[in-house]
Amino acid sequence: MNPDPKQGLQCPIPKSDYKNVLLAHGGGGKLTKQLIDQMFYPCFENVFLRQGHDGSILPPIEGKLAMTTDSFVVDPIFFPGGDIGELAVNGTVNDLTCCGAEALYISLAFILEEGFPLDDLWKIVQSIALSANRAGIKIVTGDTKVVEKGKGDKIYINTTGIGRILPGLDIAPQHCREGDAVIINGTIGDHGIAIMTEREGLTFESTIKSDTLALNTMMLEVFRKKPGIHVVRDPTRGGVASALNEICLSSDTGIRLVEEKLPINDGVRGACEVMGLDPLYVANEGKVLVILPENEADEVLSIMRAFDAGSQSRIIGSVNGKHPGILHMQTTIGSTRIVDMISGEQLPRIC
Amino acid sequence: MLKHLDEYRDKRLAENLVRSIESTLTRPWTIMEICGGQTHSIMRYNLQELLPNEISLIHGPGCPVCVTPIELIDQAVELGRQTDVILVSFGDMLRVPGSKEDLLSVKAQGGEVKMVYAPLDALEIAEKNPEKEVVFFGVGFETTAPAVALAVKQAQIRGLENFSVLVSHVLVPPAIKALLEDKQNRIDGFLAAGHVCTIMGTAEYISLAESYQIPIVVTGFEPVDILLGIQKCIILLEQNHPGVENAYPRSVKPEGNPAAKKILKEVFTPVDRRWRGIGTIPQSGLKLTAAYQKFDASARFRLQHTTAEEPELCLAGEILTGRKKPPDCPAFGNQCKPDNPLGAPMVSSEGACAAYYRYQKTDRS
Repeated sequence: MNPDPKQGLQCPIPKSDYKNVLLAHGGGGKLTKQLIDQMFYPCFENVFLRQGHDGSILPPIEGKLAMTTDSFVVDPIFFPGGDIGELAVNGTVNDLTCCGAEALYISLAFILEEGFPLDDLWKIVQSIALSANRAGIKIVTGDTKVVEKGKGDKIYINTTGIGRILPGLDIAPQHCREGDAVIINGTIGDHGIAIMTEREGLTFESTIKSDTLALNTMMLEVFRKKPGIHVVRDPTRGGVASALNEICLSSDTGIRLVEEKLPINDGVRGACEVMGLDPLYVANEGKVLVILPENEADEVLSIMRAFDAGSQSRIIGSVNGKHPGILHMQTTIGSTRIVDMISGEQLPRIC
Repeated sequence: MLKHLDEYRDKRLAENLVRSIESTLTRPWTIMEICGGQTHSIMRYNLQELLPNEISLIHGPGCPVCVTPIELIDQAVELGRQTDVILVSFGDMLRVPGSKEDLLSVKAQGGEVKMVYAPLDALEIAEKNPEKEVVFFGVGFETTAPAVALAVKQAQIRGLENFSVLVSHVLVPPAIKALLEDKQNRIDGFLAAGHVCTIMGTAEYISLAESYQIPIVVTGFEPVDILLGIQKCIILLEQNHPGVENAYPRSVKPEGNPAAKKILKEVFTPVDRRWRGIGTIPQSGLKLTAAYQKFDASARFRLQHTTAEEPELCLAGEILTGRKKPPDCPAFGNQCKPDNPLGAPMVSSEGACAAYYRYQKTDRS
C-alpha cells in the first residue's frame, strides 16, 4: 500500500491497544512487531524492506556512490509548512543532491519518547512515506528505539541516504572559481523563521511557512543539461551566510553578495526585524545555492525557473579572487561589509 | 513597516546626506554614537566607508549587556545554579562571561535558564511554575526599564510571590556626563540614542549640552537615520552652536513617553552603579523603590556583593569610553573572539568589538 492522503489519516494500530508509545514498542517483542507490520511496512512498502533481514541487501549500482547521514530533532515536530518526517526525507535527499547524486535509498531510525502519541507517530510516518514517494527514494531499512519519559523529547529521527553520482559530474566546494555566478532558487530564511515564530508563539499578518522541499527533480534536470556546474550547496543550519563562507574557505576565493538581490519574504523580513535576526543566517530547507561559470548562468536559471521549486531563481552574487576566503556584501546603501561565519547558535533545534 | 524601513536604507538618500556632509565640513571632527544599536548599524552598513576621512566615529558605552558589572553576572550565575530557581533574561545576556562562567554553561549543567523577548513573559513562567522562584535578570537602558517596571507592577497586582528581579538597569545621561568629565575625552559631538529619548524625551540632554557646550543630536538606528544625525551634528559643530537637535522626530517627542516615565518613577529610583570596564558612575543605575522592594532578587536571596577580577588582557573600559577602537586591542581577533570572548563588548551583537569582528575588514589571520 502506498499512502493515500485522502484515506490514510487513521492510525492502523487499534486505539483499544495503546494510544501512546510504550517502552515495549522499542523492545523487539510483540509491540515492536505490531508497529513494523501495521504501520511501517504498509506505508513504506518496497521489496527491499520486505526482505526481513537484519539489514537490506541492495542490487549493484554502477558508478560512484554518495552517502550522507543526518539527525532530526526539530522542535516543534509539526510546524507551518511541514513536520519532522517530511524534513528528514527532504533533508537527506537534498544532501545527496548537493553531491551531484540521484537519491536512491534511505534508512530511517526513530528514537521515541515513552508516552509519545501513536496518532502523531502515524501522521509523521505518513508524511515520510509521501515525501519519499514524491522524491522517488526508497526506505530500505529502519530501527525503532524508545527511551523513558523525560529522557528524550517526543521523537528524533536519524537517516542515512545513498545515491548514485551522475556520470560526468564533478561537484565540490573546492571548484568555486573567480568569475562564477552564485544562484539561489528562492526566498531565504523561511524555515528558520517558521520554526521560531511557532515556538515563540509570535504571530504576524500571514503565517510564515517552512520551505521544506526535495530539490532532486529540479537539480537532476540541471545536472543532465549542464554538467559543468562547480558547486551545489543547500544552505540549511547557519543559512546562506554560513554555506557561502564555507565555500569561500574551501575554494580560497572571495564571494560578493548584493543585498538588493537577496530574495526575502516580507513576513520573514518583518520577523527578523522584530527578533533581531539576520535572514542571511537563518536556516532554509528547500533552497539550493548553485555556483557556476557566469556565461552558463542564464541557461541554468531558465531550467530552474521551469520548476515550482525554482520559479524565483536568481543571481545573488559573484565570485572574485580579490579577498580569498572572505564573503562580502554590497549593502543597500552602496557600502561593502564582511558577512562573517556565525558564532555560537542563533536558533537551536531548527531541524 | 517594511516599506517604511526601506526608506531609511535607501542608497540615494544616503548619498545625498554624505554629499551634504562633505560640503559642510571644514575640519576633522570626532563624533561618538552612544548606543550599541547605532554602533551595530554603523558597522553593518560600513558607514565609515561612505563618510569623508575627516569624520571619526567613536563608539560609546551604550551596550547594556556590555556594561553589566561582572559581580551581577556572577550573582545571576549563582541564582541559575539553585535548583528551586528559574532564571530568565534576554538572549544576549546568557552568553556574557562572568568571572568563571556564563549562564549558558549553567544551563548546560542543568540549571533552569530561559530566554524571553519580553519581561512580561517571565511573569507567565512564574504563574506556570508556582513551586519555583522565577528571577528576571533585568538589563538595559531607559528603553527596557519601563517594560520591567510594568512586569514588577503586574506581579504586585497579581500577588505573585515567586517572582523577583535582579536589577541591572542603567541610565544614559549620567554616562554622558561621566565621559565629558574625563579630561582625556576627545569627543566633539554626540549622537544620542533615539529609543532612549523616545521614552525620556530631550530635556536631560538640553541641560547636558548647555553645561558642557557640546552638540547632542537625537538619532535613530537605520543607516539613513545615522547619516542624518551626523549631518546635523556637523552643522552644529561647524556653526559652533552647541545644543540639542532632534534628528529622529518620527519617534522622539520633546516630552518623551509620559506613561512610561510615570511607571519608571513609580517602580525604580536612581542609585550609584558600577559599569563594567568603566567604574562607578553616580546615580547612573536603577533600583526598586521602597514600595516594590519585595521583588528585589538580591535581597530575597541575600546575594553576596563580591568583587571579581576582569581578564587583564581585555581593554573593555577603553573601548566603551571611546578612547580605543576594538582593533587597537592586542587580544582582538586572536585571544578574544565572539565564540571565546574575554570581555562583554565581544559578546553582545551591540558590543563594539563584536560588531567590528563581524563586519570589518581586519586582518584576522
